[in-house]
Amino acid sequence: MAITPDDVRHVAKLARLDFDEAEVARFAKDLGDILEHASKIAELDLADVEPTAHPIKLENVWRPDELRPSLTPEQALANAPAAEEQKFRVPRILEVEEVGE
Amino acid sequence: MSASTAAAIARSIREGQTTATEVVEAHLAEIERTDGDVRAFLEVLGGTALEQAKAVDAGEVTGPLAGVPIAIKDVLCMEGIATTCGSKILEGWRPPYTATAVRRLVEAGAIPIGKTNMDEFAMGSSTENSAFGPTLNPWSTGHVPGGSSGGSAAAVAAGHAPVSLGSDTGGSIRQPASLCGVVGMKPTYGRVSRYGLVAFASSLDQIGPFSHTVEDAAIVYAAMAGHDPMDSTSLPESVGDPVGAIGRGIEGIRFGVVTELAGDAIEPEVAAAFASAIEGLGAGEVSLPSFDHALSAYYLIAPAEASSNLARFDGVRYGLRIDAADTTAMMRRTREAGFGPEVKRRIMLGTYALSAGYYDAYYGQAQRVRTLVANDFGRAFEDFDILLSPTSPTTAFEIGERTADPLAMYLSDLCTIPANLAGIPAISIPAGVDSRGLPIGLQLMAPALEEERLFAAAAELETRIGFDAKPALTGGAE
Repeated sequence: MAITPDDVRHVAKLARLDFDEAEVARFAKDLGDILEHASKIAELDLADVEPTAHPIKLENVWRPDELRPSLTPEQALANAPAAEEQKFRVPRILEVEEVGE
Repeated sequence: MSASTAAAIARSIREGQTTATEVVEAHLAEIERTDGDVRAFLEVLGGTALEQAKAVDAGEVTGPLAGVPIAIKDVLCMEGIATTCGSKILEGWRPPYTATAVRRLVEAGAIPIGKTNMDEFAMGSSTENSAFGPTLNPWSTGHVPGGSSGGSAAAVAAGHAPVSLGSDTGGSIRQPASLCGVVGMKPTYGRVSRYGLVAFASSLDQIGPFSHTVEDAAIVYAAMAGHDPMDSTSLPESVGDPVGAIGRGIEGIRFGVVTELAGDAIEPEVAAAFASAIEGLGAGEVSLPSFDHALSAYYLIAPAEASSNLARFDGVRYGLRIDAADTTAMMRRTREAGFGPEVKRRIMLGTYALSAGYYDAYYGQAQRVRTLVANDFGRAFEDFDILLSPTSPTTAFEIGERTADPLAMYLSDLCTIPANLAGIPAISIPAGVDSRGLPIGLQLMAPALEEERLFAAAAELETRIGFDAKPALTGGAE
Protein backbone atom coordinates (compact mmCIF):
# COMPACT_ATOMS: atom_id res chain seq x y z
CA MET A 1 0.00 0.00 0.00
CA ALA A 2 1.74 3.16 -1.18
CA ILE A 3 1.04 6.27 0.88
CA THR A 4 2.17 9.47 -0.81
CA PRO A 5 3.43 12.62 0.91
CA ASP A 6 0.21 14.32 -0.27
CA ASP A 7 -1.87 11.61 1.45
CA VAL A 8 0.05 12.30 4.67
CA ARG A 9 -0.46 16.06 4.37
CA HIS A 10 -4.20 15.58 3.74
CA VAL A 11 -4.69 13.22 6.71
CA ALA A 12 -2.52 15.46 8.92
CA LYS A 13 -4.83 18.35 8.10
CA LEU A 14 -7.90 16.27 9.02
CA ALA A 15 -6.20 15.22 12.28
CA ARG A 16 -5.03 18.77 13.14
CA LEU A 17 -1.38 17.79 13.04
CA ASP A 18 1.39 19.87 11.58
CA PHE A 19 4.38 18.04 10.10
CA ASP A 20 7.66 19.19 8.64
CA GLU A 21 8.93 17.52 5.45
CA ALA A 22 11.07 14.94 7.30
CA GLU A 23 8.04 13.86 9.32
CA VAL A 24 5.87 13.70 6.20
CA ALA A 25 8.38 11.32 4.62
CA ARG A 26 8.65 9.17 7.75
CA PHE A 27 4.89 8.88 8.24
CA ALA A 28 4.42 8.02 4.54
CA LYS A 29 6.74 5.06 5.02
CA ASP A 30 5.39 3.97 8.43
CA LEU A 31 1.73 4.18 7.38
CA GLY A 32 2.51 2.37 4.13
CA ASP A 33 4.18 -0.48 6.02
CA ILE A 34 1.38 -0.80 8.57
CA LEU A 35 -1.39 -0.64 5.96
CA GLU A 36 0.46 -3.21 3.87
CA HIS A 37 0.14 -5.57 6.84
CA ALA A 38 -3.49 -4.55 7.43
CA SER A 39 -4.42 -4.92 3.76
CA LYS A 40 -4.55 -8.69 4.31
CA ILE A 41 -7.90 -8.19 5.99
CA ALA A 42 -9.11 -5.80 3.29
CA GLU A 43 -8.92 -8.76 0.90
CA LEU A 44 -11.06 -11.12 3.01
CA ASP A 45 -14.57 -11.87 1.74
CA LEU A 46 -16.65 -10.88 4.76
CA ALA A 47 -19.75 -9.53 3.00
CA ASP A 48 -22.01 -11.79 5.09
CA VAL A 49 -20.42 -10.93 8.45
CA GLU A 50 -22.00 -8.28 10.67
CA PRO A 51 -19.52 -5.70 11.97
CA THR A 52 -18.94 -5.51 15.75
CA ALA A 53 -18.51 -2.01 17.19
CA HIS A 54 -18.65 -3.07 20.82
CA PRO A 55 -17.86 -6.33 22.63
CA ILE A 56 -20.80 -6.38 25.05
CA LYS A 57 -24.33 -5.68 23.88
CA LEU A 58 -25.85 -3.01 26.08
CA GLU A 59 -28.72 -0.96 24.71
CA ASN A 60 -30.62 2.08 25.90
CA VAL A 61 -28.78 2.88 29.11
CA TRP A 62 -31.08 5.40 30.80
CA ARG A 63 -30.88 7.42 33.96
CA PRO A 64 -33.51 9.62 35.57
CA ASP A 65 -33.50 13.17 34.24
CA GLU A 66 -32.62 14.71 37.59
CA LEU A 67 -30.27 17.49 38.61
CA ARG A 68 -27.07 16.19 40.20
CA PRO A 69 -24.00 17.93 41.59
CA SER A 70 -21.46 18.74 38.89
CA LEU A 71 -18.29 20.77 38.43
CA THR A 72 -18.54 24.47 39.21
CA PRO A 73 -17.50 26.86 36.40
CA GLU A 74 -14.36 27.64 38.43
CA GLN A 75 -13.44 23.94 38.62
CA ALA A 76 -14.18 23.43 34.94
CA LEU A 77 -12.00 26.39 33.98
CA ALA A 78 -9.20 25.72 36.47
CA ASN A 79 -7.08 23.88 33.90
CA ALA A 80 -7.80 26.18 30.95
CA PRO A 81 -4.75 27.67 29.19
CA ALA A 82 -6.80 30.90 28.90
CA ALA A 83 -10.20 31.79 30.35
CA GLU A 84 -12.35 34.88 30.58
CA GLU A 85 -15.77 35.52 32.12
CA GLN A 86 -16.51 31.82 32.76
CA LYS A 87 -15.54 30.92 29.19
CA PHE A 88 -12.57 29.24 27.51
CA ARG A 89 -10.66 31.87 25.58
CA VAL A 90 -9.16 30.94 22.18
CA PRO A 91 -7.41 32.89 19.41
CA ARG A 92 -9.55 34.19 16.54
CA ILE A 93 -11.60 31.45 14.86
CA LEU A 94 -11.30 32.70 11.27
CA GLU A 95 -8.13 31.32 9.73
CA VAL A 96 -5.25 33.67 9.14
CA GLU A 97 -3.17 33.14 6.02
CA GLU A 98 0.21 31.87 7.21
CA VAL A 99 3.47 31.65 5.36
CA GLY A 100 4.14 28.05 4.37
CA GLU A 101 0.55 27.01 5.07
CA MET B 1 8.73 -5.98 52.63
CA SER B 2 8.85 -6.66 48.93
CA ALA B 3 7.84 -10.29 49.35
CA SER B 4 4.63 -9.44 51.20
CA THR B 5 1.28 -9.75 49.50
CA ALA B 6 -1.61 -7.34 49.89
CA ALA B 7 -3.55 -10.05 51.72
CA ALA B 8 -0.69 -10.61 54.19
CA ILE B 9 -0.08 -6.88 54.74
CA ALA B 10 -3.78 -6.16 55.40
CA ARG B 11 -3.91 -9.10 57.81
CA SER B 12 -0.85 -8.03 59.82
CA ILE B 13 -2.23 -4.51 60.13
CA ARG B 14 -5.64 -5.84 61.23
CA GLU B 15 -4.00 -8.13 63.78
CA GLY B 16 -1.79 -5.36 65.12
CA GLN B 17 1.54 -6.92 64.12
CA THR B 18 2.42 -3.81 62.16
CA THR B 19 0.87 -0.43 61.33
CA ALA B 20 -0.17 1.13 58.02
CA THR B 21 2.34 3.89 58.69
CA GLU B 22 5.18 1.37 59.01
CA VAL B 23 4.04 -0.36 55.83
CA VAL B 24 3.87 2.88 53.84
CA GLU B 25 7.22 4.08 55.21
CA ALA B 26 8.87 0.78 54.26
CA HIS B 27 7.55 0.98 50.71
CA LEU B 28 8.56 4.63 50.35
CA ALA B 29 12.06 3.61 51.49
CA GLU B 30 12.14 0.84 48.91
CA ILE B 31 11.09 3.30 46.18
CA GLU B 32 13.82 5.66 47.37
CA ARG B 33 16.36 2.80 47.31
CA THR B 34 15.72 1.37 43.84
CA ASP B 35 13.41 3.55 41.75
CA GLY B 36 16.38 5.49 40.46
CA ASP B 37 17.29 2.26 38.62
CA VAL B 38 13.76 1.29 37.54
CA ARG B 39 11.98 4.64 37.07
CA ALA B 40 8.56 3.11 37.63
CA PHE B 41 7.08 6.29 39.10
CA LEU B 42 6.29 9.65 37.56
CA GLU B 43 5.22 10.98 40.95
CA VAL B 44 5.50 9.49 44.43
CA LEU B 45 2.61 10.48 46.68
CA GLY B 46 4.52 10.20 49.97
CA GLY B 47 2.68 12.97 51.84
CA THR B 48 -0.88 11.91 51.10
CA ALA B 49 0.03 8.23 51.50
CA LEU B 50 1.33 8.84 55.05
CA GLU B 51 -1.80 10.86 55.90
CA GLN B 52 -4.00 8.01 54.69
CA ALA B 53 -1.88 5.53 56.67
CA LYS B 54 -2.49 7.57 59.83
CA ALA B 55 -6.23 7.43 59.19
CA VAL B 56 -6.03 3.64 58.89
CA ASP B 57 -3.98 3.39 62.08
CA ALA B 58 -6.53 5.61 63.87
CA GLY B 59 -9.26 3.18 62.85
CA GLU B 60 -10.98 5.79 60.67
CA VAL B 61 -10.61 3.67 57.53
CA THR B 62 -11.31 -0.04 57.44
CA GLY B 63 -11.78 -2.50 54.59
CA PRO B 64 -10.20 -5.50 52.93
CA LEU B 65 -7.22 -3.43 51.73
CA ALA B 66 -6.80 -1.16 54.77
CA GLY B 67 -3.19 0.04 54.82
CA VAL B 68 -2.13 -1.64 51.56
CA PRO B 69 -0.03 0.60 49.27
CA ILE B 70 -1.10 0.61 45.62
CA ALA B 71 0.63 2.17 42.60
CA ILE B 72 -1.65 3.84 40.06
CA LYS B 73 -0.97 4.02 36.30
CA ASP B 74 -0.83 7.68 35.33
CA VAL B 75 -3.80 7.30 32.98
CA LEU B 76 -6.20 7.18 35.95
CA CYS B 77 -7.48 10.45 37.37
CA MET B 78 -7.05 11.38 41.02
CA GLU B 79 -8.54 14.71 42.04
CA GLY B 80 -5.95 17.47 42.29
CA ILE B 81 -3.00 15.20 41.43
CA ALA B 82 -1.15 15.72 38.14
CA THR B 83 -2.17 13.13 35.54
CA THR B 84 0.06 13.05 32.46
CA CYS B 85 -0.75 9.86 30.53
CA GLY B 86 2.98 9.88 29.81
CA SER B 87 2.42 12.86 27.51
CA LYS B 88 3.63 16.44 27.32
CA ILE B 89 0.24 17.53 26.05
CA LEU B 90 -1.32 17.14 29.52
CA GLU B 91 1.36 19.30 31.12
CA GLY B 92 0.10 20.85 34.33
CA TRP B 93 -3.31 19.16 34.20
CA ARG B 94 -4.88 18.35 37.55
CA PRO B 95 -8.12 16.41 37.17
CA PRO B 96 -11.13 17.78 39.04
CA TYR B 97 -12.38 14.28 39.90
CA THR B 98 -11.19 10.79 40.85
CA ALA B 99 -11.63 7.62 38.77
CA THR B 100 -14.30 5.28 40.16
CA ALA B 101 -11.81 2.37 40.32
CA VAL B 102 -9.35 4.40 42.40
CA ARG B 103 -12.12 5.84 44.62
CA ARG B 104 -13.44 2.36 45.42
CA LEU B 105 -9.97 1.06 46.25
CA VAL B 106 -9.34 4.00 48.57
CA GLU B 107 -12.72 3.32 50.21
CA ALA B 108 -11.54 -0.29 50.70
CA GLY B 109 -8.52 1.11 52.56
CA ALA B 110 -5.88 0.98 49.81
CA ILE B 111 -3.30 3.78 49.86
CA PRO B 112 -2.17 5.23 46.49
CA ILE B 113 1.61 5.53 46.83
CA GLY B 114 2.41 6.98 43.42
CA LYS B 115 1.53 7.48 39.75
CA THR B 116 3.37 5.14 37.41
CA ASN B 117 5.05 5.62 34.06
CA MET B 118 3.46 4.38 30.83
CA ASP B 119 3.65 4.55 27.08
CA GLU B 120 2.11 7.86 26.02
CA PHE B 121 -1.69 7.49 26.12
CA ALA B 122 -1.14 3.73 26.65
CA MET B 123 0.12 3.35 23.06
CA GLY B 124 3.03 0.96 23.09
CA SER B 125 4.37 -2.34 24.39
CA SER B 126 7.60 -1.26 26.10
CA THR B 127 6.99 2.00 28.06
CA GLU B 128 9.64 3.55 25.81
CA ASN B 129 6.99 5.87 24.33
CA SER B 130 6.67 7.85 27.57
CA ALA B 131 7.51 11.53 27.13
CA PHE B 132 9.32 11.23 30.48
CA GLY B 133 11.74 8.47 29.48
CA PRO B 134 11.46 4.70 29.73
CA THR B 135 10.87 2.50 32.76
CA LEU B 136 13.45 -0.29 33.05
CA ASN B 137 12.80 -3.94 33.85
CA PRO B 138 13.65 -4.78 37.49
CA TRP B 139 14.90 -8.21 36.33
CA SER B 140 17.43 -6.60 33.99
CA THR B 141 17.66 -2.85 33.60
CA GLY B 142 18.93 -3.22 30.03
CA HIS B 143 15.51 -4.60 29.09
CA VAL B 144 12.04 -3.09 28.74
CA PRO B 145 9.34 -3.87 31.32
CA GLY B 146 6.75 -4.24 28.57
CA GLY B 147 3.87 -1.84 28.17
CA SER B 148 1.93 0.16 28.10
CA SER B 149 1.50 -0.27 31.90
CA GLY B 150 5.25 -0.89 32.33
CA GLY B 151 5.57 1.38 35.36
CA SER B 152 2.83 -0.43 37.28
CA ALA B 153 4.28 -3.87 36.42
CA ALA B 154 7.81 -2.81 37.37
CA ALA B 155 6.62 -1.18 40.62
CA VAL B 156 5.17 -4.51 41.81
CA ALA B 157 8.13 -6.56 40.54
CA ALA B 158 10.57 -4.23 42.31
CA GLY B 159 8.66 -4.35 45.60
CA HIS B 160 7.68 -0.67 45.47
CA ALA B 161 4.04 -1.61 46.04
CA PRO B 162 2.42 -5.02 46.59
CA VAL B 163 -0.29 -4.24 44.03
CA SER B 164 -0.92 -1.70 41.27
CA LEU B 165 -3.45 -0.69 38.64
CA GLY B 166 -3.00 -0.70 34.90
CA SER B 167 -5.20 -0.43 31.83
CA ASP B 168 -5.39 -3.04 29.09
CA THR B 169 -6.49 -2.15 25.56
CA GLY B 170 -4.58 -4.81 23.60
CA GLY B 171 -2.51 -6.47 26.34
CA SER B 172 -1.16 -3.48 28.26
CA ILE B 173 -1.60 -5.23 31.64
CA ARG B 174 -0.91 -8.85 30.72
CA GLN B 175 2.16 -8.32 28.51
CA PRO B 176 4.14 -6.20 31.04
CA ALA B 177 3.05 -8.61 33.81
CA SER B 178 4.56 -11.40 31.74
CA LEU B 179 7.80 -9.50 31.09
CA CYS B 180 8.15 -8.47 34.77
CA GLY B 181 7.29 -11.84 36.36
CA VAL B 182 4.10 -10.72 38.12
CA VAL B 183 0.36 -11.43 37.85
CA GLY B 184 -1.70 -9.12 35.60
CA MET B 185 -5.42 -9.39 34.96
CA LYS B 186 -7.83 -7.85 32.45
CA PRO B 187 -11.49 -8.14 33.51
CA THR B 188 -14.48 -8.63 31.20
CA TYR B 189 -15.15 -5.42 29.29
CA GLY B 190 -17.58 -3.38 31.42
CA ARG B 191 -16.78 -5.05 34.76
CA VAL B 192 -14.67 -2.14 36.01
CA SER B 193 -15.92 1.39 35.42
CA ARG B 194 -13.86 3.42 32.97
CA TYR B 195 -14.99 6.70 34.58
CA GLY B 196 -11.80 8.66 35.18
CA LEU B 197 -9.68 6.48 32.88
CA VAL B 198 -8.34 8.71 30.10
CA ALA B 199 -9.67 6.99 26.97
CA PHE B 200 -7.45 5.34 24.35
CA ALA B 201 -9.82 2.98 22.49
CA SER B 202 -13.14 3.05 24.32
CA SER B 203 -14.52 -0.27 23.09
CA LEU B 204 -11.36 -2.11 24.22
CA ASP B 205 -10.01 -0.30 27.32
CA GLN B 206 -10.36 -2.04 30.68
CA ILE B 207 -8.75 -1.34 34.08
CA GLY B 208 -7.16 -4.24 35.97
CA PRO B 209 -4.71 -5.19 38.74
CA PHE B 210 -1.04 -6.23 38.98
CA SER B 211 0.07 -8.33 41.97
CA HIS B 212 2.41 -11.08 43.11
CA THR B 213 -0.39 -13.59 43.61
CA VAL B 214 -3.65 -14.53 41.93
CA GLU B 215 -5.42 -14.03 45.27
CA ASP B 216 -4.22 -10.41 45.48
CA ALA B 217 -5.42 -9.80 41.91
CA ALA B 218 -8.84 -11.13 42.93
CA ILE B 219 -8.93 -8.95 46.06
CA VAL B 220 -8.11 -5.76 44.11
CA TYR B 221 -10.48 -6.70 41.29
CA ALA B 222 -13.32 -7.42 43.74
CA ALA B 223 -12.80 -4.06 45.47
CA MET B 224 -13.18 -2.03 42.27
CA ALA B 225 -15.52 -4.07 40.02
CA GLY B 226 -19.26 -3.65 39.72
CA HIS B 227 -21.79 -1.34 38.18
CA ASP B 228 -21.12 2.40 38.06
CA PRO B 229 -23.76 4.82 36.77
CA MET B 230 -20.93 7.15 35.64
CA ASP B 231 -19.93 4.71 32.85
CA SER B 232 -22.72 3.83 30.43
CA THR B 233 -20.82 0.70 29.32
CA SER B 234 -20.58 -0.55 32.91
CA LEU B 235 -22.24 -3.94 33.35
CA PRO B 236 -25.15 -4.32 35.80
CA GLU B 237 -24.41 -8.01 36.58
CA SER B 238 -23.28 -9.08 40.06
CA VAL B 239 -19.51 -9.46 40.48
CA GLY B 240 -20.03 -12.63 42.56
CA ASP B 241 -17.25 -13.81 44.86
CA PRO B 242 -13.95 -13.72 42.98
CA VAL B 243 -11.86 -13.99 46.18
CA GLY B 244 -13.91 -16.96 47.38
CA ALA B 245 -13.16 -18.66 44.05
CA ILE B 246 -9.48 -19.01 45.03
CA GLY B 247 -8.97 -22.58 46.20
CA ARG B 248 -11.94 -24.02 44.34
CA GLY B 249 -9.48 -25.91 42.14
CA ILE B 250 -9.85 -27.13 38.59
CA GLU B 251 -11.89 -30.31 38.89
CA GLY B 252 -14.03 -30.66 35.79
CA ILE B 253 -12.42 -27.68 34.04
CA ARG B 254 -11.61 -28.42 30.40
CA PHE B 255 -8.47 -26.60 29.21
CA GLY B 256 -7.82 -25.79 25.56
CA VAL B 257 -4.65 -24.52 23.88
CA VAL B 258 -5.23 -22.10 21.00
CA THR B 259 -3.04 -23.39 18.16
CA GLU B 260 -2.86 -19.97 16.45
CA LEU B 261 -1.19 -18.59 19.60
CA ALA B 262 1.28 -21.44 19.98
CA GLY B 263 3.04 -21.57 16.61
CA ASP B 264 6.25 -20.31 15.04
CA ALA B 265 5.76 -16.77 16.37
CA ILE B 266 6.50 -18.03 19.89
CA GLU B 267 10.15 -18.05 21.03
CA PRO B 268 11.31 -21.66 21.69
CA GLU B 269 12.12 -21.03 25.38
CA VAL B 270 8.69 -19.45 25.91
CA ALA B 271 7.00 -22.35 24.13
CA ALA B 272 8.93 -24.86 26.26
CA ALA B 273 8.04 -23.12 29.54
CA PHE B 274 4.41 -22.94 28.43
CA ALA B 275 4.31 -26.65 27.60
CA SER B 276 5.87 -27.53 30.91
CA ALA B 277 3.52 -25.26 32.90
CA ILE B 278 0.37 -26.87 31.46
CA GLU B 279 1.59 -30.46 31.76
CA GLY B 280 -0.88 -32.70 33.51
CA LEU B 281 -3.91 -30.49 32.77
CA GLY B 282 -5.02 -32.79 29.95
CA ALA B 283 -5.43 -29.73 27.73
CA GLY B 284 -6.90 -30.22 24.26
CA GLU B 285 -6.16 -28.13 21.20
CA VAL B 286 -8.46 -25.75 19.39
CA SER B 287 -7.87 -23.87 16.15
CA LEU B 288 -9.37 -20.36 15.95
CA PRO B 289 -8.50 -19.26 12.39
CA SER B 290 -9.74 -15.67 12.73
CA PHE B 291 -6.91 -15.04 15.22
CA ASP B 292 -4.52 -14.84 12.25
CA HIS B 293 -6.22 -11.52 11.43
CA ALA B 294 -6.81 -10.25 14.98
CA LEU B 295 -3.60 -8.20 15.11
CA SER B 296 -4.41 -6.41 11.84
CA ALA B 297 -7.98 -5.74 12.96
CA TYR B 298 -6.78 -4.38 16.30
CA TYR B 299 -4.27 -2.04 14.69
CA LEU B 300 -7.10 -0.48 12.66
CA ILE B 301 -9.83 -0.42 15.34
CA ALA B 302 -7.70 0.90 18.22
CA PRO B 303 -6.10 3.75 16.21
CA ALA B 304 -9.49 4.64 14.69
CA GLU B 305 -11.03 5.01 18.15
CA ALA B 306 -7.90 6.78 19.42
CA SER B 307 -7.94 9.32 16.60
CA SER B 308 -11.44 10.30 17.71
CA ASN B 309 -10.76 10.18 21.48
CA LEU B 310 -7.55 12.21 21.23
CA ALA B 311 -9.26 14.98 19.28
CA ARG B 312 -10.06 16.47 22.70
CA PHE B 313 -6.42 17.44 23.24
CA ASP B 314 -6.57 20.66 21.28
CA GLY B 315 -5.18 23.32 23.61
CA VAL B 316 -8.60 24.79 24.41
CA ARG B 317 -9.75 23.40 27.76
CA TYR B 318 -6.70 21.91 29.50
CA GLY B 319 -3.05 21.01 29.11
CA LEU B 320 -0.54 22.45 26.71
CA ARG B 321 -1.29 25.34 24.36
CA ILE B 322 1.12 26.69 21.74
CA ASP B 323 -0.25 30.05 20.71
CA ALA B 324 -0.87 31.00 17.10
CA ALA B 325 -2.78 33.65 15.18
CA ASP B 326 -5.94 31.59 14.77
CA THR B 327 -7.55 28.65 16.55
CA THR B 328 -6.89 26.01 13.88
CA ALA B 329 -3.19 26.88 13.75
CA MET B 330 -3.09 26.91 17.58
CA MET B 331 -4.57 23.39 17.65
CA ARG B 332 -2.15 22.07 15.03
CA ARG B 333 0.90 23.53 16.74
CA THR B 334 -0.23 22.36 20.17
CA ARG B 335 -0.78 18.80 18.95
CA GLU B 336 2.47 18.82 16.97
CA ALA B 337 4.43 19.90 20.06
CA GLY B 338 2.47 17.90 22.63
CA PHE B 339 2.17 14.41 21.11
CA GLY B 340 5.07 11.99 20.64
CA PRO B 341 5.79 10.02 17.43
CA GLU B 342 3.83 6.85 18.26
CA VAL B 343 0.70 8.79 19.24
CA LYS B 344 0.92 10.78 16.01
CA ARG B 345 1.40 7.55 14.05
CA ARG B 346 -1.76 6.06 15.59
CA ILE B 347 -3.79 9.23 15.10
CA MET B 348 -2.67 9.34 11.46
CA LEU B 349 -3.42 5.65 10.95
CA GLY B 350 -6.85 5.95 12.58
CA THR B 351 -7.77 9.11 10.72
CA TYR B 352 -6.74 7.48 7.45
CA ALA B 353 -8.69 4.28 8.22
CA LEU B 354 -11.82 6.34 8.94
CA SER B 355 -11.46 8.75 6.03
CA ALA B 356 -13.74 8.88 3.01
CA GLY B 357 -13.05 6.06 0.54
CA TYR B 358 -11.21 3.82 3.01
CA TYR B 359 -13.73 3.44 5.85
CA ASP B 360 -15.26 0.18 4.68
CA ALA B 361 -12.05 -1.39 3.36
CA TYR B 362 -10.21 -0.88 6.64
CA TYR B 363 -12.36 0.04 9.65
CA GLY B 364 -15.49 -1.79 8.45
CA GLN B 365 -13.47 -4.87 7.54
CA ALA B 366 -11.69 -4.80 10.91
CA GLN B 367 -15.07 -4.70 12.70
CA ARG B 368 -16.16 -7.78 10.74
CA VAL B 369 -12.97 -9.60 11.77
CA ARG B 370 -13.86 -8.62 15.32
CA THR B 371 -17.15 -10.51 14.90
CA LEU B 372 -15.25 -13.57 13.65
CA VAL B 373 -12.91 -13.47 16.66
CA ALA B 374 -15.87 -13.30 19.06
CA ASN B 375 -17.59 -16.16 17.18
CA ASP B 376 -14.41 -18.25 17.32
CA PHE B 377 -14.19 -17.73 21.09
CA GLY B 378 -17.86 -18.67 21.40
CA ARG B 379 -17.24 -21.91 19.52
CA ALA B 380 -14.11 -22.73 21.55
CA PHE B 381 -15.91 -22.14 24.85
CA GLU B 382 -18.50 -24.79 23.91
CA ASP B 383 -15.76 -27.41 24.23
CA PHE B 384 -13.39 -25.76 26.71
CA ASP B 385 -13.83 -23.81 29.95
CA ILE B 386 -10.46 -22.06 29.95
CA LEU B 387 -8.24 -21.27 26.97
CA LEU B 388 -4.46 -21.14 27.36
CA SER B 389 -1.57 -19.50 25.53
CA PRO B 390 1.77 -17.88 26.25
CA THR B 391 1.10 -14.25 27.24
CA SER B 392 3.88 -12.75 25.12
CA PRO B 393 5.67 -14.40 22.20
CA THR B 394 9.01 -13.38 23.71
CA THR B 395 10.56 -12.45 27.04
CA ALA B 396 11.62 -8.84 27.68
CA PHE B 397 13.47 -7.30 24.74
CA GLU B 398 16.33 -4.84 25.00
CA ILE B 399 15.79 -1.10 25.42
CA GLY B 400 15.75 0.36 21.90
CA GLU B 401 15.49 -3.01 20.17
CA ARG B 402 12.06 -2.43 18.58
CA THR B 403 11.62 1.35 18.65
CA ALA B 404 12.60 1.81 15.00
CA ASP B 405 10.15 -0.80 13.73
CA PRO B 406 6.50 -0.19 14.71
CA LEU B 407 5.35 -3.54 13.26
CA ALA B 408 7.86 -5.55 15.32
CA MET B 409 6.63 -3.70 18.41
CA TYR B 410 2.98 -4.42 17.51
CA LEU B 411 3.73 -8.18 17.33
CA SER B 412 4.31 -8.12 21.13
CA ASP B 413 0.52 -8.08 21.51
CA LEU B 414 -0.17 -11.10 19.30
CA CYS B 415 -1.50 -13.35 22.08
CA THR B 416 -3.28 -10.73 24.17
CA ILE B 417 -5.30 -8.83 21.54
CA PRO B 418 -8.04 -11.45 20.86
CA ALA B 419 -9.40 -11.16 24.45
CA ASN B 420 -9.77 -7.39 24.05
CA LEU B 421 -11.55 -7.69 20.70
CA ALA B 422 -14.05 -10.13 22.25
CA GLY B 423 -14.25 -8.32 25.62
CA ILE B 424 -13.50 -11.47 27.65
CA PRO B 425 -11.46 -11.71 30.89
CA ALA B 426 -7.86 -12.96 30.85
CA ILE B 427 -4.96 -13.19 33.26
CA SER B 428 -1.20 -13.64 32.97
CA ILE B 429 0.71 -15.54 35.65
CA PRO B 430 4.47 -16.18 35.86
CA ALA B 431 5.42 -19.58 34.43
CA GLY B 432 9.21 -19.61 34.58
CA VAL B 433 12.32 -17.78 33.42
CA ASP B 434 14.37 -18.12 30.24
CA SER B 435 18.11 -18.91 30.08
CA ARG B 436 18.92 -15.23 30.67
CA GLY B 437 16.77 -15.22 33.80
CA LEU B 438 13.96 -13.16 32.24
CA PRO B 439 10.37 -14.06 33.24
CA ILE B 440 7.90 -15.95 31.03
CA GLY B 441 4.12 -15.55 31.35
CA LEU B 442 1.18 -17.91 30.87
CA GLN B 443 -2.22 -16.54 29.81
CA LEU B 444 -5.61 -17.97 30.81
CA MET B 445 -8.79 -16.74 29.08
CA ALA B 446 -12.39 -17.33 30.20
CA PRO B 447 -15.81 -16.50 28.75
CA ALA B 448 -17.29 -13.05 29.49
CA LEU B 449 -18.31 -12.62 33.17
CA GLU B 450 -16.52 -15.85 34.24
CA GLU B 451 -13.89 -14.12 36.41
CA GLU B 452 -14.53 -16.59 39.25
CA ARG B 453 -13.59 -19.51 37.00
CA LEU B 454 -10.56 -17.57 35.71
CA PHE B 455 -9.25 -16.84 39.23
CA ALA B 456 -9.91 -20.41 40.44
CA ALA B 457 -8.01 -21.94 37.52
CA ALA B 458 -5.18 -19.38 37.65
CA ALA B 459 -4.69 -19.92 41.40
CA GLU B 460 -4.45 -23.69 40.91
CA LEU B 461 -1.89 -23.30 38.10
CA GLU B 462 0.03 -20.80 40.23
CA THR B 463 0.32 -23.44 42.97
CA ARG B 464 1.38 -26.16 40.53
CA ILE B 465 3.99 -23.95 38.83
CA GLY B 466 5.41 -22.71 42.15
CA PHE B 467 7.19 -19.72 40.58
CA ASP B 468 9.62 -18.34 43.17
CA ALA B 469 12.28 -16.48 41.19
CA LYS B 470 12.95 -12.88 42.26
CA PRO B 471 14.60 -9.97 40.50
CA ALA B 472 18.11 -9.29 41.85
CA LEU B 473 17.13 -5.67 42.46
CA THR B 474 14.80 -6.55 45.33
CA GLY B 475 17.66 -8.14 47.24
CA GLY B 476 16.12 -11.56 46.69
CA ALA B 477 17.91 -14.62 45.38
CA GLU B 478 19.67 -14.00 42.08
